[in-house]
Order: sequence, then C-alpha cells, then structure tokens
Amino acid sequence: MAVVTEEPKASFRLGMLIYDTRYRSITIQIVVLMLVMLGAAWLIDNLLRNLDALGRGISFGFLWNRAGYDINQTLVEYTNDSSHARATLVGLLNTLLIAFLGCIAATVVGVIAGVLRLSNNWVIARLMTVYVEIFRNIPLLLWILMVYTVFTEALPAPNAFRGENPAASMVLFDTVAFTNRYTAVPWLVFDNSMGWLSLGPIWLNLDLALIVAALVGGFLINRTILRRATRIQEATGLRPTTWWQSILALFGPIILVFLFLGTHLDNPSLQGFNFTGGLQVSNSLVALWLALTLYTAAFIAEIVRAGINAISRGQSEAAFALGLRPGRTMNLIILPQALRVIIPPLISQYLNLTKNSSLAIAVGYMDLRGTLGGITLNQTGRGLEAMMLLMLIYLIISLLISSAMNVYNNSVKLKER
Amino acid sequence: MKQSVFLGTLAAATLFAGVAMAQGTSTLDTVKARGELNCGVNTGLVGFAAPDASGNWQGFDVAVCKAVAAAIFGDASKVVYIPTTSSDRFEQLTSGKIDFLVRNTTWTFSRDTDLKMDFVGVNYYDGQGFMVRKDLGVSSAKELNGATICIQTGTTTELNLADYFKANNMAYTAVPIETNAEGEQQYLAGACDAYTTDASGLAATRAAFADPDNHIILPEIISKEPLGPAVRHGDSAWGDVIRWTMNALVAAEEFGITSANIDELATSSQNPEVQRLLGSSDNLGAMIGLDVEWAKNAIKASGNYGEIFAATIGESTPIGLARGLNAQWTQGGLLYTPPFR
Repeated sequence: MAVVTEEPKASFRLGMLIYDTRYRSITIQIVVLMLVMLGAAWLIDNLLRNLDALGRGISFGFLWNRAGYDINQTLVEYTNDSSHARATLVGLLNTLLIAFLGCIAATVVGVIAGVLRLSNNWVIARLMTVYVEIFRNIPLLLWILMVYTVFTEALPAPNAFRGENPAASMVLFDTVAFTNRYTAVPWLVFDNSMGWLSLGPIWLNLDLALIVAALVGGFLINRTILRRATRIQEATGLRPTTWWQSILALFGPIILVFLFLGTHLDNPSLQGFNFTGGLQVSNSLVALWLALTLYTAAFIAEIVRAGINAISRGQSEAAFALGLRPGRTMNLIILPQALRVIIPPLISQYLNLTKNSSLAIAVGYMDLRGTLGGITLNQTGRGLEAMMLLMLIYLIISLLISSAMNVYNNSVKLKER
Repeated sequence: MKQSVFLGTLAAATLFAGVAMAQGTSTLDTVKARGELNCGVNTGLVGFAAPDASGNWQGFDVAVCKAVAAAIFGDASKVVYIPTTSSDRFEQLTSGKIDFLVRNTTWTFSRDTDLKMDFVGVNYYDGQGFMVRKDLGVSSAKELNGATICIQTGTTTELNLADYFKANNMAYTAVPIETNAEGEQQYLAGACDAYTTDASGLAATRAAFADPDNHIILPEIISKEPLGPAVRHGDSAWGDVIRWTMNALVAAEEFGITSANIDELATSSQNPEVQRLLGSSDNLGAMIGLDVEWAKNAIKASGNYGEIFAATIGESTPIGLARGLNAQWTQGGLLYTPPFR
C-alpha cells in the first residue's frame, strides 16, 4: 500500500469541509459552536429587549439604597439604615460562617463514621451503615426542617424560665439556657475594648484582630521552639524539655491580650421577653448546621470508606507484621495513602455543603439567599440583578474553596519521581 | 450529535413561541381569546383567598376575580386561580403568567412606579398590627421592647416593623418566615412573642386557631396598607376594566343594588345612574370593550361590595372584621366611587 506523504495543496475544495473525514469533525464542531453562541446571544438579546420594553433595564444602583430591614444575625455592624450592599455582605458572612462550621464538623463526623463503618465490631459497623443510609437517602430540606421543628417544639420558650417555680431552668451553674429560639451562653466582654477600625467600606474589629494575632503568634513561636528542639535532637540525640515552653508560647500571648482588654464573662439573664447578655446562638443556625453536617457527613463517610478500601490489604498486613497496633496502622499507613483517593471527591462535598446552605431560608437563617436573594430582591423588585449577583457570588465562593482544596490535594498526592 | 442539534432547535423554537405569546397586545384581547381569566391570588388566607372543603376558591379577593370574569365573559366561573407567594407575585404579573394580581398587596409608591405595575384601586383599607398571647400580659405594641417577632419576608410589613421600633426607640429580634402557615406554627410554639402582618390577616389567622380567645390583636395599627389589585404598567385599557368592575361593586352597595334585587332594579329603577350602571340605558360597556350588561353580571357574581364583605370577612364570619374604614363614604368610611356617566 502506497503511503501518501504529502497532500496536493491546490486541490482543497469547500466540499471537503463536509465530505473529507479529516475536516468534517472540525466543521461540525464549529457550526455547533456558532449555533450555541447564536442561541445564547439571541436569548440574552431577547431578555434585554423585553426588559427594555417593560422599562426595566438592568441596573445595580439599588445596592446603594437604604435597606430598611433588620437582620437577626449580624457578624459585622448593620442597622436598617445600612445599604442593600451592606445587607448582602452580612448575608455573605452568614453563609461563609455556616459553610465553614459545616465543612469542619462534616469532615470530623464523616471520617469517624467512615472508619467505624469498617470496624471489626459488628454492632458499631452496622450502626454506621444505618446512619449513612438514613441520612443520605432523605432530602436535606426535610432534615433541616425536622431538626428546626424539634428545637422549636421540644425546647421551652424563654417565658418558661420565669417565676418562682419555673417550668424550665438554666444548666451548667445557671449559665446556659436552651430555649426554642436560641441557646444563650456566657460570652466574653471586653472592658477596655479597642473598638472598630474603619477601612473604607469594611470595618475591622480591633479586639478580634488582636486575639487572632496573639493566637497565630503563639502558634508560630511554638513551632520555632519545636523545630529548635528537633534540631538539637538530631545533632546531639537528646531532646530538650519543651512542654513548659510550648504551654507558655501557646497560651501566654492570648492570656496577656485578654488581661489587656479587661476580659470577663457575661452571663445571660432573663429580662423582659428574652435573655439578654452573653451570646445567643440562634436555633436556625444550630439546626441548619446540624442538618448540613449530618447529611454531608454521611456522604463523606462513604468517600472515606472507599478511600480506605482502595488501599491494598497487604499494606495493613505489612504494618501488623512490623508490630504496629491497629490504631497506629490506620494513622500512619492507611490514612495518609487513602487521603489521595479521598480528597478529590471531598472537595465536591464541601462545594455541595456550601451551596446547600442556601436552604437556610427555610428556617429563617439570614444567609446570602435570605438577604440579597430574599428581602432585598422583594423590596427592590430587582429579581434578575439580584439573582445574577447571587449566582456570581456563589460561583466565586465555590471556585475559591475548590482552588484552596486543590492546593492541598497537590501537597498530598503521590509524588512521582 | 444530530439528536442534540435537533433537541437544541426544538428548545429554541419552544422558547421563541413562549416569548411570542408573552408579547401579545392588549391583555383584554388576550383574555377574551383565551376564554379564561388568570387571577393571581394568595396561596391560602382564609377569608381572602383559600380553597374550601370541596376545593373551590372562596374569599374576598376571589370575589374580585369572579366579578371581573363575569364582567368580561358573563360567567363568573371562567377563572383560573393561580396561587402566588409574597415573593413571587410581582414576577408572576410582569412575566404575564397572571392577568392581574389581587393578593392582599399593598399599594406603595415604588411598586406602582419602579416595579412597573399599576394599582387600579383599593379593595381593602388595612393596616399592620400585632397579635400576642393573652397570657403574655401585653396590652400595647409600645410594650414590645426586646420581643421576638415573627414576620413574613418580602412584604411591606418588614420595613414598617423596622421603622416603628426605631421611631419608638425599641429593640426586637425578627424571625423571618416564608409562609403564613409556617408563621402560625412558630408563633403557636412560642418561638416568637408576637406575630405581625396586616390586621385583616391577623384576624384571619387567629380565626383558624384552635383557641382564638387566648390571643389578642393589639390596638396599635402601625401603618397604612391600602390593599388592591394591580395590573402591568402600560395597559391602561385592561386597568380600566378591573378598576371600573371594582367601582361597580362599590357603587352597587351605595345604590342599594344587591344580588337579590338586581334583576328587578335593572328594569324598574328610575335612577339614571343605576340605569346606566346596569345597562338599561346608555352603553357604558362598549367604552371599555365589554358588553352592555358587564356591571350587572359583575354584581350578580357574588353580590355588591357589602355583600361580599359580609359573606367572606365580615362580623358574622369567623374572621370577624368590622367595616371600619371600608364602609361607604356616607357611613364614615373611605369607599367613594367616581360617578358612572
């Protein structure tokens, strides 16, 4: 068979775009791409035209108008005189809070459940199977509503704590009250608070900044101490005593900061309709957090189990042969290898949890969907703008989580040399 | 590939058809051609719009739908009731899914202008109030400092509440809820001290409780809430149909026309305005694109304004609302219809 080495260039005809197999697939792809783009352009154009016909062009000016409504959980300063943009920020922080708490708790519960499901103990393994199958096979919204309803109906109203013979009483030396609205717990109060530092649209809480700085600083000092100890150990074979230095480095700065700020605990007490003082953790937050955690943890448990099962049995047998106990085998041999299998699907679970947190509106937790996509949307009537902004913000959050987790994934994945 | 291209084309074609429908001319022509009226009502508020035991929609707002359908078609049953929530009602209207909205909707400046709707009148003059348990020992809204308050999101009540507490220098915690049913559940479980919405809505909600006597509605009315039907901006002819149908119901009460005596009055009345209204002289219907007996049919659908009020939310019903501001102007109320001539 003759091998054609060179195409006669002059012979290219337009018909070859369809009949020549070398070009056909490209032609089809280009045509389809053009059709898709035309379709999208037509839809967008149509939308803009229709909006124009209604006299409602796209405008984001509403973000700077006065919001006028109150939000029940604000991590940064917010009043009803603030702008819709500020309300959006409050909602965003609430979303990030629930996503952060949820991801951490779901990972902890999920890893424990996944490992226990592989336990040799028949009862524990079956219990975990039941947990996983029940939670991941019932819609999340139902779990959220169910937990919230249980809190609302089963716990006493603040009113029940009143009077000589109250129907309900506070626990833990009269410092914590579980009510059907919130859990009131003691909280730190700073007598010498340093207030807020205004940085344009963002205000920085100086107390919080100082505490974070002390914690991070303590951690860094401790790391230096431990490194130095390791260096000495490697040089001399003797590890110097470091425990008191570590304790001093870790807790010293934070205690000094607390003393400096004049910190004391403020206990909640019943005044008027509600408890005042301390910190009130709303039931909507706890219910949402609990439901999101248990639901996502069921999926994570399966991912962990799959990851562990992916490590060949020979690895643990070899570890046992070396005399490692099961606990250490898991921590030192199995889990580090299993992480390579676990991390990628774990990322999607984190993304799922973050996106699922938009169900918060069902229990009145004012997240991004509740502020920007809820009240702001309704009060301004700017549905399209609010939804586009909402989608953009969720997209950015998800991409950030995903890229951060990918960095971590790169650090644990198999390094081939 | 072929299949996906085909499906894509199909989807595009469907969208095109959908948009072409939405860009129809006058709503009145569209409704006439369709043969049915799409009426946006509440998802379920006893007395105003809720399906009864046999699934038929009943209520004060529903009566407006029936009257309009009767004015257009001469048949009050040609209505499709489309339940709307407080958050999706305006989108439903502007997107053309409903022909007009009559859902305890407050007429406000921004809704009338910025949201591109036209309010065609007021069928109920309302105001925002508070409901609390009797055993809470509260007798005035001014005593609610520090209270937890349940409130439906996406309503004017949210802003009124913030304004009222600010003006009185009081603090509160809001529990935002999506639907009235959810609000009831939260309030009854004691998750909030007070429930706030329009006073008429509170009365309707309380009527559905197992123990209505243990709850009181506080005397303060903290806002003006003129509730009325709304149409899309820019379709004045359609707006006229709704506006004058409502006016006909109010005028009928003023002139003493009831569903019982309407046929008799149509032939025997010597009052020229009654004759014009009922179509025995002149042809007012032609001026708004309806037949000559439009108002007669509208009134016959469920009676005049007073009859509708008494049958759905009046003092003899479980809702138990007094006429108050919603009495005729001759009785000290605000109902005052322009003349039919």
